[in-house]
Amino acid sequence: MTEVYRPLGGRLLTRQFYFLGVIVLIGAYFTLRRFIFGIGDVSNLSDGFPWGIWITYDVVTGTAVACGGYAMALLVYIFNRGQFHPMIRVALLASAFGYTLAGASIIVDVGRYWQLYNVFLPQYMNLNSVMLEVALCVTLYTLVLWIEFSPAILEAMKANRALRLVRHALFFFIGLGILLPTMHQSSLGSLLIIAGHKVHPLWQTPIIPLLFLITAIAMGYGMVVFESLYAAVNLGRRLETDLLSRVGAIIPWLLIAYLVIRIGELALSGDLAHLWQPGLEPWLFAVEVALFLYAILILLDAEKRRRPTQLFWSALAVVLAGALYRFDAFLVAYDPGPGWHYFPAVGEMMITLAIIAFEIMAYLFFVKKTPILAAEPHAKYTTTGQAPHSQHTTIRGASA
Amino acid sequence: MNIDRRDFLKVALAGATTALTTGTAQARPPKELSPDAVGILYDATLCIGCKACEVGCKDANAMPMEADPALEQAEGVQGIWDASSDLDSRTLNKIKAYAQGTAAVKDRDHDGYSFIKRACMHCVDPDCVSACPVSALTKDPVTGIVGYNPDACIGCRYCQLACPFNIPKFEFDKPFPKIVKCEMCRHLQAEGGIPACCAACPTGASLFGRVSDLLQEGHRRLSFKPGERQEYPIHSLDSGDSRSAEVRGYYPRVYGETETGGTQYLLLAGVPFEDLGLPPLGPESSARLSETIQHTIYQGLAAPALLLGGLVYTVYRRTEDERHDDPASQADEEDRRHD
Repeated sequence: MTEVYRPLGGRLLTRQFYFLGVIVLIGAYFTLRRFIFGIGDVSNLSDGFPWGIWITYDVVTGTAVACGGYAMALLVYIFNRGQFHPMIRVALLASAFGYTLAGASIIVDVGRYWQLYNVFLPQYMNLNSVMLEVALCVTLYTLVLWIEFSPAILEAMKANRALRLVRHALFFFIGLGILLPTMHQSSLGSLLIIAGHKVHPLWQTPIIPLLFLITAIAMGYGMVVFESLYAAVNLGRRLETDLLSRVGAIIPWLLIAYLVIRIGELALSGDLAHLWQPGLEPWLFAVEVALFLYAILILLDAEKRRRPTQLFWSALAVVLAGALYRFDAFLVAYDPGPGWHYFPAVGEMMITLAIIAFEIMAYLFFVKKTPILAAEPHAKYTTTGQAPHSQHTTIRGASA
Repeated sequence: MNIDRRDFLKVALAGATTALTTGTAQARPPKELSPDAVGILYDATLCIGCKACEVGCKDANAMPMEADPALEQAEGVQGIWDASSDLDSRTLNKIKAYAQGTAAVKDRDHDGYSFIKRACMHCVDPDCVSACPVSALTKDPVTGIVGYNPDACIGCRYCQLACPFNIPKFEFDKPFPKIVKCEMCRHLQAEGGIPACCAACPTGASLFGRVSDLLQEGHRRLSFKPGERQEYPIHSLDSGDSRSAEVRGYYPRVYGETETGGTQYLLLAGVPFEDLGLPPLGPESSARLSETIQHTIYQGLAAPALLLGGLVYTVYRRTEDERHDDPASQADEEDRRHD
């Protein structure tokens, strides 16, 4: 656990970086419009569909995708798999950004943002509200994530005294950082219980918190694998296939548990019969299950999950399936009654895309300028950050 | 590795124990109707679709008109009609029409038509009140009116998601928006008045009164025989005013008596309520299930606190090395070696 992290270096202002910058600027334009002319000016949100992609993607899916830090902390600190420790910091970075930007997008989505602090005032708190639990828990966890991540910044600043202080208190925040996502990732599912008949019976279930929690953890591992492989290809990092395949090996068991619980509950409640009814929903359900099954079949196979391509696609399938599950539950299989339709408006989508683009820009900035990625003793660093892929595909041992 | 697993099992067991011991908590009991709760009985068979209630409502609540640009352009006029086709952020109550086939006879579902008045149902166990994170929506403990406080509201619109009747509306077209819904003219009631829709209704189709009395009145009407003449009170149950009308026949149910735990806005009609766009709802509110699940997990924060203790202890033991060696100086050393 004494690995050394170092900045990747390399040029920051690449062409891709500028491209992302343009998307952020377009999103900023629509965000400005939203604050001047109202939510209806840039979005297709309506009284029937009060929540659109800002909630479904930016918050519900965005924080699940940002569960890498949580999932890896579970693995390293609770299951004591120290060999994964080098991957923690970059996972935390992605989590910190995911959660911070989810919080930022709340300010865009919420109508009366200037009163948002009311959720922290005891005289207003409604302890029956699932939303209150989510709001408090997500806010607190965002702070905890930055504290967990602060050693990287403090190292870059060479603030050794502060660093030592943080190191000594960190165990508490790591513990808190495992509790909080367990609470709110499940509660994000519980949000839908009160919507009752508006959520299609294939998704509406009293055990939805458990299903959201399991998929969030699986998506966290999926994202860690996906990000590492992406970084390997695009940032000239060595492929950590061995370590990644071990992370990947955990995923199928989570997914099997998820499918057994979900389908079992549907069978027990009798709602499984809705699969044979006409409409789009049974197909959506089938696509979700197919994506999960694909990931399970690849990742259960020790041979296949060692192949970077197979690992990449199966990790992506897990993230996509989890995202689709959330989109279906919150939007596609959500039916407020006849006459209501929703498809996101251009401005709405641009704001969401801008948030994603900003996230990637910030990620690139941090991995290049601050010590996030574990140092590779034998890797060749190139000044442009673009390295030929072939020489980096060596399989590395577990101990870094 | 075995020891690690044992440690983890301890944590898991501690969590499970609390979850189970607190998990035996009873389901949250259903909310009871306040004895002084007030409500409205809407009888579609008495409604003539004159929309006087809509005008009265807009007037009493200072609500702006909702224009229909296409209609205005076609007729070459502007600002003449209040033309909303449903409840919206400028419309707190709405008379809607159901028509089937030839629509020849009123209050008949086949080849007939019916009116229906939509507004907040003022549920006995309101999902919106349970959902609101900042208590912007509250239920008056005496009158049972579900009221809105814009000073608390953060505009998250969870109430809209929660409401089984899609009642709360949001001002999507405003930079500083509010939630808008019927508050049963509580400002008029505070001065001894009755809701404007009931005051405006000439036929007694919208009738104000105590919910328990209105329910009794509803059941009295269900016992009427079609074709006979009956006295119907108008404006409010105790107004003393009434009119005689021929009974048209009722679909044998008071909508709102049991739906989602009961509502204070009760409906009578000659046609099935599903035809009138009212959702078929069970006798339990979704809020009850949601709160039962949430409070089972988080009761007194006991389970989370215990779990946190286990987690922090486990992490503390795992990070012993990290605390003792000084990573900062080590990093500096590494730097020097690489440079």
